Amino acid sequence: MGIQKITLLNLGRFDRNILEKISSAVHLEFLLKVEVIENHSDLTVFFDSGRKQYNGNSLLKMLEANFGNDESKTMALVTVDLFIPILTYIFGQAYLGGRTGITSSHRLSNERYGLEKDEKLFTLRIIKEVNHELGHCFGLIHCHQPGCVMQSSTYVEDIDQKETGFCSSCAEKLKTGINP
Amino acid sequence: MHKKISLLVVDDEESVRDSLLNWFLEDGFEVECAENANKALAMLENRNFDIILTDIKMPGMDGLELLKRIKTIQKEAIVIIMTAFAAVDTAVQALKNGAFDYVTKPFDPDDLSHLIRNASRQIVLAGENEQLKSHLTLENVQDIIGKSEAIQKVLLEVQSVAQSNASVIITGESGTGKELFARAIHANSSRKFFPMVSVHCGALSESLLESELFGHEKGAFTGAVYNRKGRFEMADNGTIFLDEIATISMKMQIELLRVLETKSFMRVGGSKQIESDFRVICATNRDLKQMVDNGTFREDLYYRLNVVNINIPPLKNRLEDIPLLVDHFIKKYCNAMSRAAVIIEPSAIRRLQEFDFPGNVRELENMIERAIVVGNGKEIRVKDLPLLKETVVSQVESLDELEKKHVLTILNKYEWNISRTAKALQVDRVTLYNKIKKYDLKQS
Repeated sequence: MGIQKITLLNLGRFDRNILEKISSAVHLEFLLKVEVIENHSDLTVFFDSGRKQYNGNSLLKMLEANFGNDESKTMALVTVDLFIPILTYIFGQAYLGGRTGITSSHRLSNERYGLEKDEKLFTLRIIKEVNHELGHCFGLIHCHQPGCVMQSSTYVEDIDQKETGFCSSCAEKLKTGINP
Repeated sequence: MHKKISLLVVDDEESVRDSLLNWFLEDGFEVECAENANKALAMLENRNFDIILTDIKMPGMDGLELLKRIKTIQKEAIVIIMTAFAAVDTAVQALKNGAFDYVTKPFDPDDLSHLIRNASRQIVLAGENEQLKSHLTLENVQDIIGKSEAIQKVLLEVQSVAQSNASVIITGESGTGKELFARAIHANSSRKFFPMVSVHCGALSESLLESELFGHEKGAFTGAVYNRKGRFEMADNGTIFLDEIATISMKMQIELLRVLETKSFMRVGGSKQIESDFRVICATNRDLKQMVDNGTFREDLYYRLNVVNINIPPLKNRLEDIPLLVDHFIKKYCNAMSRAAVIIEPSAIRRLQEFDFPGNVRELENMIERAIVVGNGKEIRVKDLPLLKETVVSQVESLDELEKKHVLTILNKYEWNISRTAKALQVDRVTLYNKIKKYDLKQS
């Protein structure tokens, strides 16, 4: 049996309005039922006092252990700043072809870069990152096609360069990932 | 990306391995991990990795030592050193030992992407370079004419030996073009930007040859009014071509052996040791091995020179090249004589292909030059090649040779119509086929 739904795990107390926009956009790309689950787990256990950031690897392991299931792909949404031991920061992370992923909004807002608040752009960036990480969950690797959401992004400007959707090649592979 | 690039991550920290594994998998790389240097080396015994990322501080063997070991197992591997501490001296040491780059943990994601992109580009370029090298064609061989299997085989040998520094002996009958092949080897070697110096050993007396090869100091002998560089000195960084090597005296053989072994010598009458880096290519139409057995050529010199032997086939063994050679010489001499291009009548070509050419390509060249001079200026006819008949009858040949030639002549006469040829020869078709097979006759 293929994947039945996508679960958005709200670990970051995102408001209903933004969650609805993300859900709709995800549904549009993956054509799967999207369910939002509220969860207020304490993330401080993943806090690294040395780096003053949250360990993405450990968080992903916890998600896999507690929320991973074969019928859905679970994407956790957090507001905390994520790192992995080798990198100074990450926007998100997922197991390639795995069941879970994380997206952080911490570095996606304009205010962080001293720019004027732009709620629409912020939401759009989250949607792109969620779709990108979900793409990894469905087995997609980074794509070099300009505009494809699976393009690797190091900076927020890179995220702005891409679309919310997949290029034709990734879309084709995604179909196989959803219905293997 | 041309191919899936493989990565090996070596780090004692599981979290680092996991992070890199995940990061690179998402980027479409093929990734494996090892928790220590010994495991990495064991993995490298079984397979190659394009890029190896290794931590520097690990229990047991450290990253620097691992780097050295990797370079002995898989020289071309790109090794990137990772460390939690930015220590310049360690970085310098790693780079000196052949590391591709050096990064401090944690990396900026962009740095890591750049690093891997650069490494990948290098791998792709190296691959393309290898591919191009394998398809390299020989340069400056336009004077070597021929499409026959025999000549193509020689060209392949030239190509494979050109890039090495090995001494070469080119053997072949007189007039086969041995010097042309020597020039082709030189022109396709890494020494091509330096001179190829030719010495015709057979044309010089022992004392003259000595002076020619080693040079002389002013006053070394009567007539030595200036200091003069020898051919070995002139060939520094290039190639020296010693034609008719079999003609040199025993004394010169000893001298030559010494120079080849030490790459240093003294000018005649000089006292200063001169060093020269040259490659030696020799040519002879004699059987040097036979001369060694007879005691007229030094065995040690023979083995020193005969690292690679290239044998140039006589023209009679590549009859199918005659039309191409004729065409080449016609163009060459018509140009040289400022004449309009002439053609050669097919029957003349056939007659040429029946000829033995004891003087090989040189003889054919002279024949064509003469035919252009004495001919009617429009075409070369059989009668413009008068030497053919005389030379044919002057040869003492075996019955087999005569039969071969006769069968080929009749085949050509009837344009390889088997039935008509068999009828003319008064044999059946099977016998004719057997003769064609026996003598390996081919339609030109």
